[in-house]
Amino acid sequence: MTPLAGYLMVAAMLFAIGLAGALTRRNAILVLIGIELMLNAANLNLIAFWRYGPHPEALTGMMFAIFSIAVAAAEAAVGLGLVIHIHRHAHSTDLDAMNRMKG
Amino acid sequence: MTFIFYLISAVTLAGGLLAVLLKNTVHCALALTVAFAGLALLFLKLDAQFAGFAQILVYIGAVAILVVFAILLTKGSETPKDGVYSKNWPVGLVIAAGVFATLGWAVMASVKALPNQNVAAPAVSVLDIGNALMGRYVLPLEIVALLLTAALVGAVIVAMHEKEEVK
Repeated sequence: MTPLAGYLMVAAMLFAIGLAGALTRRNAILVLIGIELMLNAANLNLIAFWRYGPHPEALTGMMFAIFSIAVAAAEAAVGLGLVIHIHRHAHSTDLDAMNRMKG
Repeated sequence: MTFIFYLISAVTLAGGLLAVLLKNTVHCALALTVAFAGLALLFLKLDAQFAGFAQILVYIGAVAILVVFAILLTKGSETPKDGVYSKNWPVGLVIAAGVFATLGWAVMASVKALPNQNVAAPAVSVLDIGNALMGRYVLPLEIVALLLTAALVGAVIVAMHEKEEVK
């Protein structure tokens, strides 16, 4: 197995772990944690392809990863703000209990 | 494929697994921090120093703290009576396993086509990254700045107290 394939496999495992967490947990914060893990797995792929790709001096993968980190930070801030608002509204962060679109 | 790589990968994956498996939400956040730190080490091992330290600053320094804040503000550390997993967790597990099988198959089937493993470490300094950010990538940088400002204002507005609401 080449080093690149090793990094890609680690990223695939991390993505699957994050997806499983996002799909199976009830707590909204844990779902956000799963989403963060998936985003990080994608970043690992970008960096690995940048490192072993043909033109690392063009910095394409690195820039993609840096912008991805910035967007993920914004996503985490808004997501956790939404969770806090939902908790204030429904007094719970249990996603199974949230079955209404309005009110 | 060195011992260091396997060690860091094992720590990262163990952190990720614990982050989604543990019952206490605060412990989940701590395991998530371990996973983030392992990813930062993997970035450093890939000679991406800037991305590695950005990962430490943004994820360990900000996102993990934000998650802990959210857990404490929502009393999320109390374990619910009827379990921590959703009603239809087997479906989610099957979907995740299917996605992993597909990704793993795709990686394994394309090992021959992947780039040569004997590439020298790219000589990229922080100066080069700064020049690229201010030159070729200046428009995405401005858009990210706008996005971060919008997210900051949006998060504050979303989490703000509504006046008519009875606490």
